[in-house]
Amino acid sequence: MKIRIKFFAILRERTGRSEATTEIAAGSTVADLWRQLQGEYPKLDVPGIRLLYAVNQNYVSADHKLNDNDEVVFLPPVSGG
Amino acid sequence: MFRVTNDPIDLNELVRYVSDPEAGAIATFIGTTRNNNDGRKVIALDYEAYPEMAEKELARIGDDARKQWPICRMGIVHRLGPVQIGEASVIIVVSSAHRDAAFAASRFAIEEIKKTVPIWKKEVFEGGEVWIGTQTGQPFTTK
Repeated sequence: MKIRIKFFAILRERTGRSEATTEIAAGSTVADLWRQLQGEYPKLDVPGIRLLYAVNQNYVSADHKLNDNDEVVFLPPVSGG
Repeated sequence: MFRVTNDPIDLNELVRYVSDPEAGAIATFIGTTRNNNDGRKVIALDYEAYPEMAEKELARIGDDARKQWPICRMGIVHRLGPVQIGEASVIIVVSSAHRDAAFAASRFAIEEIKKTVPIWKKEVFEGGEVWIGTQTGQPFTTK
């Protein structure tokens, strides 16, 4: 299935792009996608980073199962305000 | 009104937005860019957001505040892009019949923003730049 990914902040800088699409096996989770992306973009592995996960603009846990055409974002710790 | 913007935030517009004949209080909170942080001389802050989700989260904060306090109207606007020293990065306005609810809801809103809204700040300081909050303890310098 096809997954759309957006990168922000330090992850955008380290991948050098703000969006990507990738193919992943049906039944894959957010954690599976993160592992796959680290293969495609080795610089995504920021030492010590603590990520949150969003699918279609809602926070989810790492074991959330993905669906075709989902929009997934890996969120570095937020720092608004 | 729950939104992010690349333009300077208009406090008066927000105060007009929450004005309500039922209100006896309007609380405003303005977060501003400070010229120093952690011993560094800060030149500016540069904010980035996941804009669609940030606005959804800001609206969720408004809904949660409304469940906890009897507020009349509420607005939150967060600025994106470079924000110079002394300028507002975020403004929260709340109106309520009595002052306690407006104070409490605005305090709640700024604390929630810092925890859950997908907005990131890069500090541009003399000698480099750093994403704030990216790592526990150690700032991650990109230059």
